[in-house]
Amino acid sequence: MRDYDIVLGARSDNRYTAVDYMNAVIGDFIEFHGDRYFGDDGAVIAGIGMIKDMPVTVIGIEKGKNTEDRIAHNFGSAHPEGYRKALRLMKQAEKFHRPILCFVDTAGAFCGVDAEERGQGRAIAENLYEMSDLRTPILSIVIGEGGSGGALALSHADRVWMLEDAYFSVVSPESCANILWKSTEKADVVADALYLTADKLYKLGLIDKICSNDAFENLENDIYSELKKLMATDIDTLTDQRYEKFRRVGY
Amino acid sequence: MELKSLFLKANNELEYGDVKPRSRKVTCKKCQKETAIAKVRKNNFVCPNCGHYFPVRARRRILMLSDKRSFVELFGDLESKNILDFPEYDSKLQAAREKSRENEGVICGVATIGGYRTCIFAMDSNFMMGSMGAVVGERITSLFEYATEKNLPVIGVTVSGGARMQEGMLSLMQMSKVSAAVKRHNNAGNLYIALLTNPTTGGVDASFAMLADITLAEPGARIGFAGPRVIEKTLNRALPKGFQKAERVLECGFIDDIVTRDKQRDYLEKILKIHNG
Repeated sequence: MRDYDIVLGARSDNRYTAVDYMNAVIGDFIEFHGDRYFGDDGAVIAGIGMIKDMPVTVIGIEKGKNTEDRIAHNFGSAHPEGYRKALRLMKQAEKFHRPILCFVDTAGAFCGVDAEERGQGRAIAENLYEMSDLRTPILSIVIGEGGSGGALALSHADRVWMLEDAYFSVVSPESCANILWKSTEKADVVADALYLTADKLYKLGLIDKICSNDAFENLENDIYSELKKLMATDIDTLTDQRYEKFRRVGY
Repeated sequence: MELKSLFLKANNELEYGDVKPRSRKVTCKKCQKETAIAKVRKNNFVCPNCGHYFPVRARRRILMLSDKRSFVELFGDLESKNILDFPEYDSKLQAAREKSRENEGVICGVATIGGYRTCIFAMDSNFMMGSMGAVVGERITSLFEYATEKNLPVIGVTVSGGARMQEGMLSLMQMSKVSAAVKRHNNAGNLYIALLTNPTTGGVDASFAMLADITLAEPGARIGFAGPRVIEKTLNRALPKGFQKAERVLECGFIDDIVTRDKQRDYLEKILKIHNG
């Protein structure tokens, strides 16, 4: 399978989206809304619930299931208020010392005049900044598309996992080919060069685990035991390790 | 650095002239008028006719902002490699080194401004549009760590098209790395001033450019996350006038002030003075 096929597969309509993983893994889920500054972003679903016997804050970027649903979720492209809602609930998780679980699936942060003028850049930056020393464990799982900064904004985590058929990239292969050769035809060549598959990113040491997506139950067990382990780690050690994890990237 | 580039002549026409040494003139992109380079340089690289802001090389920028002979470069020996074996990246790096006469897209170090000791970094648009690869991220992170250890302020001059795609996720995750270092610098009670210049976009806008205590911009600088053409294409309509320009970004509340080039050094000195009181 070419890397580009993985990208296309990650975008396909008949894939599980964030809500499927939330429903499967989280019990007693209660969704909360709003960023307390501007509005509520349908692209980001966030709330609290239980994973087995453990309270957890869960955040997912949701693409939607059918046309109507997809419009409501803005096709999984978040506005600044989506990232701010996520950060608000992460801060809340820190207060109550609940672990945070993020399901990432986005082609990228939304590109638009409003999104820019409400501070898309600032919103993403603030998430990276605040998550870097948040005093509670964070686990992020890329379940489909990991589209650039918009996906990174929920991936400054103690553990970054990816499904075996997900991708995470600095730029979409099409835009990259377009910038380099003024044509999107070579997107498949570029997809290889971008090192965007779970396999390659694991080899580069940029992600911590590749998850098979055959059974939700296995995933639930893996998440539960990892969060248990992280919760048992001394919090200063945890934030130091998180700093070191990203400090090493590229060197 | 390649041996060959040591012997290269300067190719920044603003500073050293173009082909003929006698006709040292530069044509303004905006008003199309020719002006003597010396005159432009004296005018802080602003067109004396129309006020257009010419881009300024990183090293020149640091000279313009800091006290004479006070700058000492740090972390300058780190050089980019084509880790992912990305097509055409080696030749692009080589071309960028020759064009910018620098070995990477950011210059970091310590300097004084009005006698106040500060860390300073400036990005260079001549080096692959100031894009952020692993070395750019590493240098800026190291500078913030150095500043945290020595309790020094950081002044950062940004110009960037965003993350350097030729380094894939290694470059994207520099956003996380630098942001974390900025946070530690902040937690230790240190001052960070960002000066955003044209253009500051993409992954740099969505990380350290937007994380300063005091965020300044040059007049007319483009500041934003997504590129204007991408947005236009997505929305299929023309963008409003002044969109993503510093003046509009100020109105939207994302920067503290717009400072013209002739006032920047005094402005920074004043801020440093207030923080040293």
